[in-house]
Formats: sequence, C-alpha cells, structure tokens
Amino acid sequence: MFHFVLRRLASAVPTLFIVVTISFFLMRFAPGGPFNLERPLPPATMENLMKAYHLDQPLWNQYLQYLKNAVTGDFGPSYIYKDNTIAELIGKGLPYSVELGFYALLLALFGGVIVGTIAALRQNSFLDFLIMSVATIGVTVPNFVVGPVLTLIFAVLLSLLPAGGWGDGSWRFLILPMIALALPQLAVFARLTRGSMIEGLHTDHIRTARAYGLPPRTVVITHAMRGALLPVVSYLAPCAAALLTGSAVVETIFTIPGVGRYFVLGAINRDYTLVMGTVVLVAIFVIVFNLVVDILYGLLDPRVRHD
Amino acid sequence: MSFMKLNLRAALLLGSLMIGASPALAEAVLHRGNSGEPQTLDQSQTSIDIEAFIVKDLYEGLTIYDAMGKIVPGTAESWKVSDDGTVYTFKLRDNANWSDGTPVTAEDFVFSMRRVEDPKTAAGYANILYPIKNAEAVNKSKAKVEELGVKAIDAKTLEITLERPTPFFIELLSHQTALPINKASFEKNGADFVKPGKLVGNGAFKLLEHVPNDHLTVAKNEHYWDAANVKLDKVIFYPLEDQAAAVRRYEAGELDLVYNFSSDQIERMRAANAKQVHVTPAMATYYYPFDTRTEPFNDVRVRRALSMAVDRDFLAKDIYNGTKLPVYSLVPPGMENYGEPSKADFADKSQLDREDEALKLMKEAGYGEGGKPLTIEIRYNTNPNHERVATAVADMWKKAFGAKVTLMNLDISSHYAYLQEGGKFNVARAGWTADYADPENFLNLNVSTNKTFNYGHYSNPEFDALMKKSYEERNPAERAKILHQAEALIMRDQPIAPLMNDANLWLVADKVKGWGDNANNEHLSKYLSVE
Repeated sequence: MFHFVLRRLASAVPTLFIVVTISFFLMRFAPGGPFNLERPLPPATMENLMKAYHLDQPLWNQYLQYLKNAVTGDFGPSYIYKDNTIAELIGKGLPYSVELGFYALLLALFGGVIVGTIAALRQNSFLDFLIMSVATIGVTVPNFVVGPVLTLIFAVLLSLLPAGGWGDGSWRFLILPMIALALPQLAVFARLTRGSMIEGLHTDHIRTARAYGLPPRTVVITHAMRGALLPVVSYLAPCAAALLTGSAVVETIFTIPGVGRYFVLGAINRDYTLVMGTVVLVAIFVIVFNLVVDILYGLLDPRVRHD
Repeated sequence: MSFMKLNLRAALLLGSLMIGASPALAEAVLHRGNSGEPQTLDQSQTSIDIEAFIVKDLYEGLTIYDAMGKIVPGTAESWKVSDDGTVYTFKLRDNANWSDGTPVTAEDFVFSMRRVEDPKTAAGYANILYPIKNAEAVNKSKAKVEELGVKAIDAKTLEITLERPTPFFIELLSHQTALPINKASFEKNGADFVKPGKLVGNGAFKLLEHVPNDHLTVAKNEHYWDAANVKLDKVIFYPLEDQAAAVRRYEAGELDLVYNFSSDQIERMRAANAKQVHVTPAMATYYYPFDTRTEPFNDVRVRRALSMAVDRDFLAKDIYNGTKLPVYSLVPPGMENYGEPSKADFADKSQLDREDEALKLMKEAGYGEGGKPLTIEIRYNTNPNHERVATAVADMWKKAFGAKVTLMNLDISSHYAYLQEGGKFNVARAGWTADYADPENFLNLNVSTNKTFNYGHYSNPEFDALMKKSYEERNPAERAKILHQAEALIMRDQPIAPLMNDANLWLVADKVKGWGDNANNEHLSKYLSVE
C-alpha cells in the first residue's frame, strides 16, 4: 500500500511537467497579450511593461525561467492583479473555495446516494419517477439559473438569507451557494447510485442474502450498497477536484472570494501566470483525488486491493 | 457577594444604557457596489474607473473633483501659473497630512511623479503626465528621472514645468496617476506599500481591510485635513462583476450604491423607484472606425453613406433601453471648455432623408444595387450588447444598400490587439472614455502619427495641422475654435462613425445624501453620508 502511494506520487511529477509545458505554449498561441485592453496603451508604455515582466525575451527563455521558478514555488506575479503574486492570489482564495466546495461535496454525495437508493428500492414507483425527474432537472438546469432563482426567493422576496458575499463565513452566507454548487452533482450521484443499486439488487449474492432471511436493511446497506458504490466512488475524484477548486459561475453570482473565477479571468485577460497557476492547482487536485479514489476502491472491492 | 451582585446590576444597567444609546453612536457605513475587483491600488498601475473610486478615497491629488464634478483645490490650497503658461507653482495645505500623521510634502509629489515616468515602473498611464517637461523623454529612457520638470521649492511648495502650455493640465492632475505616494512607506515596503496595514494615504479614508473578490473596507482618516467634514466612518466597496447579482443585493438592502447595473433592468428599476435610478451622460463614445486603407472604405462617399444609414436612435433606445444616447460627434457633449461639439452635417436630418442621401452617395461611388457588390465585415469584441448592435447595423446596411454583411467577433484582448497592431479590417467596434475632460483626448485618436489608436489609419494633413496648432494656442476660446474646426473635418470625412454616447448608471438608495450626478463620473465618498 505504502509503495503504491509512493509510486503514484512519483508518477505525478512527469504528469505535472507535461501539463505545465502544454499549457504554457498553448496559452501563448492565443492572440493578444495581457496588456491589450480596450484602453490601448501607447507603444512606449507597452515596451516598458513587456520589459518589466520579461515578456520581451524569447519564448523558450521565458519557459525555462518559469520552470525554474515554479520548482521553488514561485509562480510569478499576476499581470492583471498587479498587487499580488500568483501564490498570494491562490493562497488567499483557495480556503474559501475548499470550504464551500467541501460542504457542497458532502451534500451532493450523501444527498445523492440516499435519494438514489430510495429511488432504486422503489423502482418504477411514483417516488422513483419524481426523484429521477428532479435529478434530470438538476443535471440540465445550469447553476447560473439556479443561483439567481435561489437568491430571488430567499434573499429578495423572503429576506431570509443574504443575497451574496462571504460575510463572516457563517452558514447563512454559505447555504445558497452551497446548494447551487451541489445540485448538479447531487443529481449525478443520485442517477449513478440508482442505476448500480438496481443492478446490484438483482445479483445472486443479494438473492442469497435475502434467502438467508437477513433483515432488508442489512441486505441493502451492507451487501448491495458496497457494490453499488463503485461507480459513485469513481465519479468522486473528478467531482471533488471540480468542487474544491471553485466554480467561476457560482463564485461570481454569489461574490465568493474563491479561486474559481481565476480560471476564466486569467484566460480572458491573457494573465499567463494566473492561468498556469490555476492549471497546476487543478492538476494537483485531480492527481490527489484519483489516488484517494484508487485507495477507496481497494477498500470496497477486494479484487483491486493494492498490496 | 452582595457587592458582586451590585456590580452585576451596574454592568447590566450600563449595558442596557449603551444598547439604548447605540443608534446615536452607530457607525455611519456606506455599502458601495463597485462593478469589479480592483486590479491594483498602485497609482502608477491603475487604469480603470472602479479602481479610481477606491484610490481617490485613499489618496488626494493636488486637485480633485467636487460632488458635482467641478475641479476644486485638493491637497494644493492654491496655485499660480506663469505668464507663458508653462510653470505652475502649487502651495500645499499646511494641514495636509498622511494617514500616519506625517505632513504631505512637495518632495512626496516629486517622488511620485518621477516614479510614474521611470520606465522601470512601467506605468500604464505614464502618458497622462507627458505634458510635464521631459516626462516623455524620461519614460522612453532618453533622459534621467532627475530631469523631470517637477521640483520641490520647499516642504509645501511644488513647482511643475511643462513642455508647452497645456490648457487642461489642472484636469490632468486630478487623474489617479497623479496621486501622491508616501515616499517613506514606499522606500520601506517596496511593492507591498499597497497592502492593508502598510498603505499610507493622504485621502479622506484609509485602507482597513481587503479580501480580494469579497470586499474592501476603508475607514475615516482622522489625519485628513478636511476630516471634520467627512461624515462616513466606513465605506465598504463590493466588487460585483455580475451586474444582475449587484441589483439583487441592492434590492435585498445589502448595498446603498450600485455602479453599472445591466441596462435591461432599467425599466423594472425605474418602475420600482425612479428616484433611485441615476443615468448621466458619460464622457465616452461608442464608435465604428472604417479602415481607410482598404477599398471601398478609402472612399469618403462610402463611409458617409454607411454612417448615415445607421439608425442611432434604434441602437440607443431599443438595444440599450435609453442607457446610451445617439451621437453625431466624436467628442461627447458636456465638456465645459468646449461646449457643443461639431456634429456631422446629417445630424439634424430625419433618418429617412439620411437614407435617401446615403443611397445617392453610394450610387455615386459605384457600389450597392446596380454597382459593384458591397461586402462588409464588422468586427467586434465578444459581448451580447455589441453583438446586438453589430447585428442591427448589418441589417440596416443590408436593407439600405443590399450589402452582404458578415459579423466576426473575438474576445476583448484579441480584438484590440488586432486593431492596435495595425491589422486590416472593414469596420470594427471601438470605444473611448475620456481620461480628462478635454476634446483633445478624443480628437487625438485620429492624428495620422497616432499609430496605435488610429485604428482606421485616417490621414489628413489638414486635420493634423489643426491639432498641432491647438497645442500651441494659449487662448482657451481660440483653442476651442481650432478644435471645433478639427472635429468638423472628422465629421465630414467620417473615418469613424460615432454611434452612441455612453451613460453612467448608478443606483442610489434614498438614505444616501450628498450625491451629485456628473459627466466626469467622479464620486468621492468624502461628500457622501447615510441616514
């Protein structure tokens, strides 16, 4: 097990290197630069800026310099948010994204599994249809619709919750963005659970368990659930990486000071270093969660145990 | 024991008294919706209005705008101008202090202006101060920073020498690039001088807290020379990129002011409370330059015909719900030293008459129905409103001339990079917002030597000569006359088709007092209060 983890972590280094290299050059192929704004800069100013940020040097030189600095944890200054380095921007924003994303993940995971299980147990009943219709809506209605609708109802009409902002970080501020963030994922988890649960309930070992006269609760929770959770767990990795690194849409709608918006802002504004920083961040999250999921898999399914 | 009980009672009594008294002691806090996160608080790097609102609360320049948008003395109490108009001597206020209590000195201004022009600083707006002697040379590494024409005569007297008389220099000094920085703090903290806890300002407020993308809080600066007249204890700026979300938060009572809400909300907001909706014409023009280097746009008749065929009323009323105004000049109306701009000669005609004349002109030029086919590509930066404008204009040109019009959009950075690097095009979208309230700021866009801004590469020696003459003219009335002549040429030749005059949109809650609408869009928090 220990060796497995070590091996996986070692293989993350070349992966990250390739990700960094590809994004570095892809970003530079996009026309325009960080200083081409609606307000045009005079050539002399542009020259000064390019020099100050070393953008006047040959590309391969910039690339090597970036790699060298990145290894020491220096991801450079932001071209757009000039008062901050990339490390500062991500360092300040990430805790907000992770906290909100973590709650959303819990809600999506537990909510989805419970709802999906209920639907599977009552297959083809009215309850099943209801849950699955809601889940389908959850997947298809984007959160830029859910978010504003939630605020209109709970903040503007009912004045129960704040319309946005992080405030003091209490649940009152978190609840609406958390729901907006969790809903589509909750729906995915519900559909996955329902599908594999129905399949699982028709397998031989469940029939045997039932024949032994085990109480229905034990059959469902200890025996059927274990197999049914495998697809759920594999979806967990990309889902957790996406939720914990923040959503540009939800963060913008609710003014959450997280890192989600930096993906979009960085790309639109050609803030090369910001884009690189966010790409590395997501890559790390994906690598770590894939590892976590592989370990969880081993726990659920003895056939893929890592010795 | 009884003693303790007594104490407890006293404490309770005191507590209830304090709670009872709290409305009178409550902090006056203004919740100010700002339409985005400031990219920087460094005066040498800021470029946009949402940053200006914050930095102008934190720092005060030599001159400032009052609530109605009029230039008034700021840190400078008074100034004298030499007879030839090239030497300005400013007397700083004796009680002008930094937020750490130390006096603001002329040396601070010298240091700040040198820093802005120093090429190593790479200040985005260094050109704002180019009228200062040697500023351009310093910024282009052709002179040493010490040669900049800014001198401290004594601690409270500042002398600025200009390259040539610049009638709008006092306006320029109110720009955020001309704000002073605290020399001692900068030398101690380096680039970190902008951070909370380190920022030392001389404005009415000081920086308390900044959580990027959440809020930025400033508190009253007790060392400010006019602190006695500052009524707010705190101002909290909220960076709200999502315009619809800003309106929802305003309606939920979380914000007292909102800047730039989306125009499709205006009717609804007006119906709810018309008094709170403020629409003021801005010093900004939305225009379509034609590429005068390429056929058929090198033909003045084609350009005029195309410009005439655009129904500007439709664009302003139907697309922007009246949050923009139709415009027939490059310089927006409302400039005090310029008066009514020189409009295109077709401005006063009806849209039908314009279309008839446009058709005639186009025939004369040999294009459109019965002539050579007219194919036009409109380029614009990706944005739903710009797309609707381009679609409408394309439709107008199709109907009027049977033109084949295609649309092409790029994200903002690519769009402007293409135009600024001299890329060829037919028609493109562009916008310009005044840096200072002077027509020169707009007309300069069409000077032939202005390679970056003159997207259409319009080249007219007569126009260039008038602009040159305007720089040398010292009499304001004469100068305005020359600039009017220059603008008339632009409006005759239509290298650009001016379409709309932007407006600034504000939601101002009833409890906010001291608000003044003005075309300069200057709203220092020091003039505001909440009830």
